Amino acid sequence: MVTQITPELVRDHGLSEAEYERIRAILGRDPNITELGVFSVMWSEHCSYKNTRLELKKFPTAGPNILVKAGEENAGVVDIGDGWAVAFKMESHNHPSAVEPFQGAATGVGGIIRDIFTMGARPVFLLDSLRFGPIQGTTPAVNKSRRLFAGVVAGISHYGNCVGIPTIGGEVYFDESYEGNPLVNVFCLGILRHEQIARGAAKGVGNPVFYVGSETGRDGLAGAAFASRDLTEKSKQDRPAVQVGDPFKGKLLLEACLELLASGCVAGIQDMGAAGLTCSTCETASRGGTGVQIDLALVPQREPDMTAYEILLSESQERMLIIVQRGEEAKVKEIFEKWDLPYALVGEVTGDGMMRVLNHGRVEVEIPAAKLANEAPIYERETIAGSAAPELRIEDIPMVDPQTSLIQLLAHPTIASKNWVFRQYDHTVRAGTVVPPGSDAAVFCVREADKYLAATTDCNGLYCKLDPREGARIAVAEAARNLVCSGATPLAVTDNLNFGNPYSPENFWQLREAVEGLAEACRRFGTPVTGGNVSLYNQNPSGAIDPTPTVGMVGIIREERWITRQHFRDEADVIYLIGPVGQEMGASQYLAIVHGRKECLPPRLSYDLELGVQAVVLELIHKGLVKSAHDCSEGGLGVTLAECCMSGERKIGALAWFGAGPHRLDQILFNESQSRVIISVRPEDAFATEALCAAAKIPFNRLGEVGGSDLVVATEQQKLRWDVAQLHRAWYLSIERAMEVRF
Amino acid sequence: MKIAVVQFPGSNCDQDCLRALTDGLRVSAEYLWHKETSVSGFDAIVLPGGFSYGDYLRCGAIARFSPIMRVIVRAANDGMPVIGICNGFQILCEAGLLPGALIRNQSLHFVCQPVWLRVETEETPFTAKLDKERPLWMPVAHGEGSYFAEPATLAALESKRQVVFRYVDESGRRTRESNPNGSMLNIAGICNEARNVVGMMPHPDRAWDRRLGSEDGKLLFESLVETLESAVTL
Repeated sequence: MVTQITPELVRDHGLSEAEYERIRAILGRDPNITELGVFSVMWSEHCSYKNTRLELKKFPTAGPNILVKAGEENAGVVDIGDGWAVAFKMESHNHPSAVEPFQGAATGVGGIIRDIFTMGARPVFLLDSLRFGPIQGTTPAVNKSRRLFAGVVAGISHYGNCVGIPTIGGEVYFDESYEGNPLVNVFCLGILRHEQIARGAAKGVGNPVFYVGSETGRDGLAGAAFASRDLTEKSKQDRPAVQVGDPFKGKLLLEACLELLASGCVAGIQDMGAAGLTCSTCETASRGGTGVQIDLALVPQREPDMTAYEILLSESQERMLIIVQRGEEAKVKEIFEKWDLPYALVGEVTGDGMMRVLNHGRVEVEIPAAKLANEAPIYERETIAGSAAPELRIEDIPMVDPQTSLIQLLAHPTIASKNWVFRQYDHTVRAGTVVPPGSDAAVFCVREADKYLAATTDCNGLYCKLDPREGARIAVAEAARNLVCSGATPLAVTDNLNFGNPYSPENFWQLREAVEGLAEACRRFGTPVTGGNVSLYNQNPSGAIDPTPTVGMVGIIREERWITRQHFRDEADVIYLIGPVGQEMGASQYLAIVHGRKECLPPRLSYDLELGVQAVVLELIHKGLVKSAHDCSEGGLGVTLAECCMSGERKIGALAWFGAGPHRLDQILFNESQSRVIISVRPEDAFATEALCAAAKIPFNRLGEVGGSDLVVATEQQKLRWDVAQLHRAWYLSIERAMEVRF
Repeated sequence: MKIAVVQFPGSNCDQDCLRALTDGLRVSAEYLWHKETSVSGFDAIVLPGGFSYGDYLRCGAIARFSPIMRVIVRAANDGMPVIGICNGFQILCEAGLLPGALIRNQSLHFVCQPVWLRVETEETPFTAKLDKERPLWMPVAHGEGSYFAEPATLAALESKRQVVFRYVDESGRRTRESNPNGSMLNIAGICNEARNVVGMMPHPDRAWDRRLGSEDGKLLFESLVETLESAVTL
């Protein structure tokens, strides 16, 4: 039976009339239903970036260390010296996690791991950047957010732990704007030798094309298209569009593929992620400047009677397409039989540039591969500038006792310790985690290469909501600052742009502003963008999420002795604030959490000051002067000092003196001005520290010293004292308590 | 002297165990594939952590039927030193080489954290060098590590001094808080009656390098090497 292509059917596939005409022009005829499905997924935002491609071009992608640039392959590759390189990337699984949190998050991890080993790299660690609605309370919305949070964490734990790749860091935020539309951004980094870089290109006409990994089933049908529309009340019905992950198969596939790649017989390799078999065949052909012909009857199938449409659009997990050098077919057989994995010879590379799909010998799809992969329509979307947030007038903020405010901030799940989360992640497998989760940046020793890498993810969605350009700049600056505090020199960035529906001009304006802010900051910090992911249509019935351009940044620590942690260590060490005391309260967590106001202008970033502070902190670390360094971010100096006191194995007090400034104590403690780092040094190194800061013309304040069991903060007018053990309890147990509520 | 690190499909601490031996101790160690049917040429066996066969059905339940386990059971009964770490411990219990079982953590969550361990006996090849007075520090990482056994089995373990490690606090006291998974009697590791087979949930393979925060795990492998060496000289 031939399905008639009607305007309704075209619309149901998420294609516009103009796009349909473009398809007809490419084919020179009407597409059949299978071809329509193929175009629909390849031209979805998820695969084609049709709405964002013009924006993404603004990112700096070149640099002296860049071996594979953004967009060329599945992930960018960056040189780290001595013939070693890293491949890393961040990707979202927001929509699947919203309807099926456990599997949605698990398959997000599986997908990003495949992206990395497809490059020929051995994945060595993961990070997760997560956002949910509030989890404290008992309303139905809160209960749902808790269920999503618990499910996502369990899903990440399920997949990552089983595959044996440590999850060593990341971030978790809780805010109303993510209610019903959580963000699950997963980052993976892999290590490889320069000569091991694998390509996703179908090279060599006549080379055999192998399908390896799990059998194809009906799960995840057209998931890429599902991810490219708004989440609504009816999204639950899309649950079949969510894939089901099998981490055990993922682990076997990882090992088998790395073994096969090492054998030297692979001409091209591509994972089947979004848009499955469709995307992998047309992209490899397009990159290779060739064609690919496959017969679906040869594809291992989990269920009987699957149609060509279903097989091509399935997003079943743990599958790869491998183009092998002709004559080396036996090697594939040997390795995949060793690992007990299904494999099948399904076709070959052709010279005619066509993606040709047969089913039992009958042609089902015949589309010029390069046109399908690269000639998706590109749109310049309309924008309407949001109104600028007003400056905060401190007089408008009633004074609340900072004594209780600090505890309130520390106990807020966004700021509170994430131990409930990272205890569920295996973060010690691979025996390389030098600085475990909970510090500014995670530090990992890659034993294969004998290198120390630091990695972090950052984004303050509230800043981005109130000023997307400045918020994006700050996300890059803070990521770099986090790395510097751990002793690392930043290398490169991967980003995950999470925004609302791009057809809303307000949303698109946010996206453009954020991209330009990221691009500018990445240039200033010398950290090119190596790739990433765009996730649009992040909406719940009450509107779009706060714009969240998550930044993942990787740095390198050349000497072991430079590795620096955030917590105070010994009595009598001197505490310095590098950077200004600051005063900007707009968009601060204090304003949001204590005063219930998500408003006003976020802090301004000065590149010169920020780069100066980072340079001097790094120099102090390199000179061996720094015993601890902690970036000052959400919650200001108050939260930063408290974290310095309580995040180590041993809790220790501190005294910080702020003299006789003009500012209110709540403003001193909780402002979120940028470019600030708290360090501690040995008393005998105080002079050298001050001399170095003065020579660099960087503002600094000697705040006081480490010691005792209380955190004491004082000005001329006021003195506050907190028992560190009490602060620790509020901070450490908050999320666990919220999650213990039975629902 | 050569030590085997068994690789099951889904093992994920195999590389860590091999590195602990070759890089940490500079002893000869090699992978042993689960489809192999001989352990000849090896002097001791390490069953590493991970999710063998996906841990489908029950942790370690499928691995015990693999070809290599048949010969390992025989070798263990002949006195070869065998240590199972994490999933390896689960496999040893499933294979009947060690009594009891490892069930879901009391919290129902996977738990990854450092723990303190008290050494309860030096009379195994893996603990000969250890000091009972000094607790060891190393990570656990498991979802199903709560040790369970019938009262009679527990009593026998105690009376025959088969409990090898217990979860304790920093000062060596057995407390409820120091037990990360709800194990009975805070049991973290046990041995068989012949004392050559040891199973433990914590990971010495993640504590053999100062940079990881602890070198305590190395002591276990050093004990093994010394035991094997003295056996050779005898």
